[in-house]
Parts: sequence; structure tokens; C-alpha cells
Amino acid sequence: MTSDILLETRGVTQRFGGLVANSDVSISIKRGEILGLIGPNGAGKSTLFAAISGARVPTSGSILFEGVDITQMPAAERCRLGIARTFQVPRSFDSMSVAENVMIGAFVRHANSTRARAAALEVLDYVGLDGRADATAGQLTPPEKRRLEVARAIATEPKLLLLDEVLTGLTPSEARLGMDLVRKVRARGITVVMVEHVMEIVMQLVDRAIVLNLGKLLAEGSPAEIVRNEDVITAYLGDRHRAA
Amino acid sequence: MTDSTLTSLKLRGDAFIAKRRRQLVVAALVFAAVACLPLGIRDVYLQNVLILTLLYAAVSQSWNVLGGYCGQISLGHALYFGIGAYAASVLYVNYDIVPWFGMVVGGVLSAVLAVGLGFMTFRLKGHYFAIATLVIAEIGLVLVHNWDFVGGALGIQWPFGQDSIWTLQFARDKVPYFYFALGLLVVVWLVTYFIENSRWGFWWRAVKDDPEAAESLGVEVFRSKLAAAAVSAFFTAVGGGFYAAFVSYIDPESVMSFRFSLLFALPAVLGGIGTLWGAPLGAAILIPLTEITRSYLGGSGSGLDLIIYGALIMVVALAKPEGLLSLFTRKSGGKA
Repeated sequence: MTSDILLETRGVTQRFGGLVANSDVSISIKRGEILGLIGPNGAGKSTLFAAISGARVPTSGSILFEGVDITQMPAAERCRLGIARTFQVPRSFDSMSVAENVMIGAFVRHANSTRARAAALEVLDYVGLDGRADATAGQLTPPEKRRLEVARAIATEPKLLLLDEVLTGLTPSEARLGMDLVRKVRARGITVVMVEHVMEIVMQLVDRAIVLNLGKLLAEGSPAEIVRNEDVITAYLGDRHRAA
Repeated sequence: MTDSTLTSLKLRGDAFIAKRRRQLVVAALVFAAVACLPLGIRDVYLQNVLILTLLYAAVSQSWNVLGGYCGQISLGHALYFGIGAYAASVLYVNYDIVPWFGMVVGGVLSAVLAVGLGFMTFRLKGHYFAIATLVIAEIGLVLVHNWDFVGGALGIQWPFGQDSIWTLQFARDKVPYFYFALGLLVVVWLVTYFIENSRWGFWWRAVKDDPEAAESLGVEVFRSKLAAAAVSAFFTAVGGGFYAAFVSYIDPESVMSFRFSLLFALPAVLGGIGTLWGAPLGAAILIPLTEITRSYLGGSGSGLDLIIYGALIMVVALAKPEGLLSLFTRKSGGKA
């Protein structure tokens, strides 16, 4: 494989009893891109996300990161290799300060806590949370918590950042700030994969989108191609998009 | 990054270092003040209470490493305490090996056992883990009861001999025990202090707050728990070894009963789990209270002291779930 492929899934299938959540999904993530992973509810986005992030080992198929098979690898080890994620419902360490939350991520690269603290403060400055460094994570507003999740993940110095619906449920102005943050993340040289349900926002942000439907790969291409794709429109966008 | 942000980052770092240093100074002052207590308190009974208070503070702080920082609530630490007590006693009484060494042997044995048991029990979550620790400790108690080599139900009597720092036997004067217990507390406190700001300390707290998120950030969740269990068990056993030398007679019930597991957890819970001073503060309240109720209301057999603990814990849980220490640290917003 050429080196501009950062991660690929080969025939990833996930069964839950009789339900097939992912069926033979093969996708590639290119180095440096912002990739949108979209699809209607129940399309299998979260399942694929779990397989890539290491939360669940798929029933069959394999996942390669920089050519290395990581299908069976635990999440902590993937993190050291350079895969970081956020959670759909923010999961901050609420007994710790914001800076300490980010330090947990920084400890992957810095064994010394003084260095980890310095790295964490730098990341907080980068994502615009430096003013809240000493607050307890539990005191943050929901958008701030999302920002903290991203900061924590960046602190692990990943090559690939998986964002699980970071823009969902935000007000339009909050979402715009979120989009700016995603662009800043990419500017650091980090490849970004965004799982999103709300297509309107994602399409302005991503270089490329992959659409899943009923567990299968439905389409992939640039945002412009996706919104014109007949299959996608029928499966997912429906009348809502045509009206828009 | 601009120069001004660099400066502000540096200032933040300096403020943190200053805070850590302040904690050390406060600790030095507190421990120095405690060290002066025997000068004024000559009454043997009161000295006895002080020694037990320091011992429980040290052991509860050890419990706190696993239960407070790492969030794995153990109700079976009496097992490690008992192993320490028995290792020191058997080695001294049967083989003439000084208790200083016996304590360390007990500590190492306990740490190894804690890791072994952790392999099985750390797959359990929350209450199930606590129940497992309780059951395992009870199994240990039954085994020791029926193990003739360690004296079975009769226990082990330490021989009377010369007062000596080597054998830790002081029949006439309790004060050396006081300083040993204080020394143990200082050591455990310092270990906690340094671990708190190390990668392990941060990992433990992350594991406590949210294991799945911790895992995704590269934290070795399982290994973190094992490490916390080993450190916690080691110092609990050292405390047990000291206790055996102090009371000179042990039997299974007097070092391994469930009561002890409770008495190690409660001070930390009362004072504030996962903090540097919670366990010592809790012990300073609970242990004198225990001894007073015992002497005024009869032996521990009545269970009245347990009722008082229960009531105290309920009051704390309702009024100050973070523990009493939070009364003092509220303003700074940070942990003590």
C-alpha cells in the first residue's frame, strides 16, 4: 500500500447475534484529510468507529494502521501508535482539573509530570481552553467539555483523531467554533475522521465523505459528489435535503 | 506560541511547584507537632490510643492508595494486615528473625498476593469487586484458623524478653512504638505524596473516574490497578507486622477479622478518599472514638462502636460526601 493511506479497513464485519451492523466494510483513510463518516441512524457508523478505535474487535475482517494489523490491539496500545478518539457523550475525569485531564493524554508521550503539565497547558492554549485550566472538569459547559475531549486527545500527539459526533447538539454558533477547532487540529498535521449524523455541517468541513447505510458502504467521494449521489439521497437525505 | 503565552505557561508551572512545596512544609509542621505529643502525654492508656491512631492512619492511607486514588474499594485489607502480622510473628518466634525484616517479608508477600488476586478480581467492577475482596479475606481467615504451623486458632505469643529496638519489644515504655507508628505514617504519606504527582498517580485517578476514557488515552488500566493494589497491600502488611510486635500476641480474629477491613477503609472515607490528609484526619477522629466507646461501653463484642461508625459514615455521606477534609480545602477548589 502506498504511504498516503494512514488507515484502512478490509472487509470489516460485525455481527450482534442475527443483526449485521457492519457488512464487509472496506475503507481507506488518507493522511492529512478530514474524512466524514456519515449515514442515517443504524447505518453502522458507531460500530465501525468502535472497531477502528479499539473499543470492540470486529467479528471478521482486519484493520491496518500504517500497514500494521491492529485488529486485535487494545485501545491503549493504539493510542501509543497514534490513534486517539473522543466520546459522543463527553467523558471527562470530573475529579480532576481541566489541565490534569489533558495531562492524562500527555503522559503517553511524557513520563515526567512536569513535562506532561507543560504539554497539557500548551494544548489547552491551542484549543482555547487555557483560561479554564484550573477549573474542575465537572464545572465546564457542554461545549467546553467537547473542547476538553479534543484537547485531551490531541495531547496524546495522534496521527489520527477520531471524533464521535463532536458537532451534534451544538447551537449554530457553537458548531462554527467547533468547525474552526477541527480545522486547527488538521493544521497540526493530524488526520481527522468525523462521525456525524448532521450532514449539513459536516459537508462544509470535510475533504471527503464515506456514507454507510444498513451496515454497508454506500458511497464515497467529495462532498459535492455525495450530495448529488442518487443512492445517498434516497437512503439518507430524502426530501429534507431537496427542500433545503 | 507567543512569548507572553510561554511566560504564562511558565508561571502556571511555577505556581504548581510552589503549591507542592507548601504541602511538604505543612506536612513537616504537622508531623513535627505530632512528634512532640509524647512529651506532654505520659499516661500509658492515652499513649496507646495515640499509637493506634497513627497506625490506623498509616494503614488507612495505604488502603487509600487503592481505594481512594485508584477507586477500587477493598473490604478485604484485613487479609494483608494479617499476612504482615503473621509473617513478622512466625519469622520472629520460630526463626528468631527480627520483625523489621519480617514486616518487609510480609509486605512483599502481600504485594505479590495482591497482584495475583488482582488478576482475578480486577475484572469485576464496583460492588462486585468489593464483595470479592471481602470473601477472599474471609477465606484467608478460615485458612489461618485451621493452619497449625501458624498457631491455628490459638495464635502466636511473642516471647517476653529484653526491651530492644531490634526485636521491637518495649514492655516498659510505649514511646518507641509511638515513633515507629509515626515513622510508618510519614513514610506512607510521602509515598502517596510522590505518587500523587507521578504518572502512576494520574493514571490511578483516571482509572477511578472513567476507565474507558482512560484506556482510550493510553492508560494501562489493568496494570494501573495491579500496581495500586501492590503498593497498598505492601504498606498494609508492614502495618500488620508492626501491630503484632506492638500487641505481642496475635490470633486470627485479632488481626484478620472483617472489623479490621472496615477500620482501614472508614478513616479514609470519613476524612476524604483520594486525598493526602483524609485518612490521617479520619483516623484522628475515629480511633480515639473507638477506644473511648470501648472503655466506657464495654468490649467491641457489643458492636456498639460499629453502630457509631455506621452513623458517622451516614452523616458524612449525606452532608459532605467528599469527606471532612473538604471543609478545609473548599476555598482553594483544589485537592489537599
